[in-house]
Amino acid sequence: MKNATVDNELLLTTNQMASFAARGFLRFDRLVPLALNQKVLAAFRAGPVARPAAGAPLSTCYPPDSPLRELMHLPAIQGIVQSLVGPDPLFDHHAIHIRQPQEGKAQGLHGDSIIDTRLHFDVQLMYFPHDTPWEMGGTLLLPGSQFRRINESDIARYQNFVGQIPMVCDAGTVLALHHGLWHCGRRNQTNRTRYMFKIRLNPRVRQRRLWNTEDLDTQMAADPVTSVHARDAQQETLYSILARREAWYEYPVGRLEMVNRIKFWRFLTGNMQFDLGYWLTRLENEPENLVLA
Amino acid sequence: MPNQRQIIMVLYLSNSALDSEVRGWTVYDGTGQTYPTTGDSDEPPYKTGLDALLDGWRVIQFPQLIPPYKDMEYTTSYFKFEYVFEKIVEISA
Repeated sequence: MKNATVDNELLLTTNQMASFAARGFLRFDRLVPLALNQKVLAAFRAGPVARPAAGAPLSTCYPPDSPLRELMHLPAIQGIVQSLVGPDPLFDHHAIHIRQPQEGKAQGLHGDSIIDTRLHFDVQLMYFPHDTPWEMGGTLLLPGSQFRRINESDIARYQNFVGQIPMVCDAGTVLALHHGLWHCGRRNQTNRTRYMFKIRLNPRVRQRRLWNTEDLDTQMAADPVTSVHARDAQQETLYSILARREAWYEYPVGRLEMVNRIKFWRFLTGNMQFDLGYWLTRLENEPENLVLA
Repeated sequence: MPNQRQIIMVLYLSNSALDSEVRGWTVYDGTGQTYPTTGDSDEPPYKTGLDALLDGWRVIQFPQLIPPYKDMEYTTSYFKFEYVFEKIVEISA
């Protein structure tokens, strides 16, 4: 259950959470103030930044004068982190990714760590401390790939997909990624060094209803499986967000991705009857298992 | 074939039909004239696999259709509809 230490207004909304469940990431443009971007960049350029020990509470990881501590204590960052993995999660690792000027080859597409079958999830924040134009080779994301079971760079032969997202952003932009999302660093075709800071965090609480759930029950009640009104609604709702397919999905496999999303949303909300478009309700209808009167 | 080189193109299609739409793509250029890499293009080279045939590419691998393994019927993973094409090109000696 929620035990946030920030105001509700700083937590993610239900629609943002639905987007994270569907696409595996959230993007926050120009979230970090310019002065802090400069401090972080100066620290990166000064040399290696000590990596705290894995498994320690995040609150104990960076010394008081560290710009990374200041970054992770920004109220907006706290709101994102607490919505996804709860208050004071465990530090897993961090990395300062550097792409050298005119680096000819991109990184191969991959998922971080190793194959991971949990419904519980880690979050990875990616922070871009300077402007990152297309030519500079920001991180490439494949939205909606987080549930595909692969092992790290097994997928390195895949070069491009319809609907892939090359990160092009202003300084201070932050991504929050599900640990399973496929991604890679694109090649840097400029004469400047590119920096990106990544930090992975593990939950210490059951990841259920951690975001601002003020409208969750109302939205869930508008069940589009049985409500024509909800089905025909044009506005953005958790149902329309969760049901939207990615352009790269193969047609039949895209239906299975809906099943992945339904199971994940059931996990996040604790509502085991949740469905999208009747996909799981149909399969769970097994009259032979009913006790006959 | 000292003056010939192979270009390989892999197309990931929407279903098992060769004339279904391209969802992903990869190119390796044996001539060394280009160096395609991850995330270098947002537009597929062809709309469908059949369009590649019409443009002179030869299919050298069709994906097999393999039934789902028990208890993995709903698991999503690698791309099933992976077609491999080749083109042989002349290079100057």
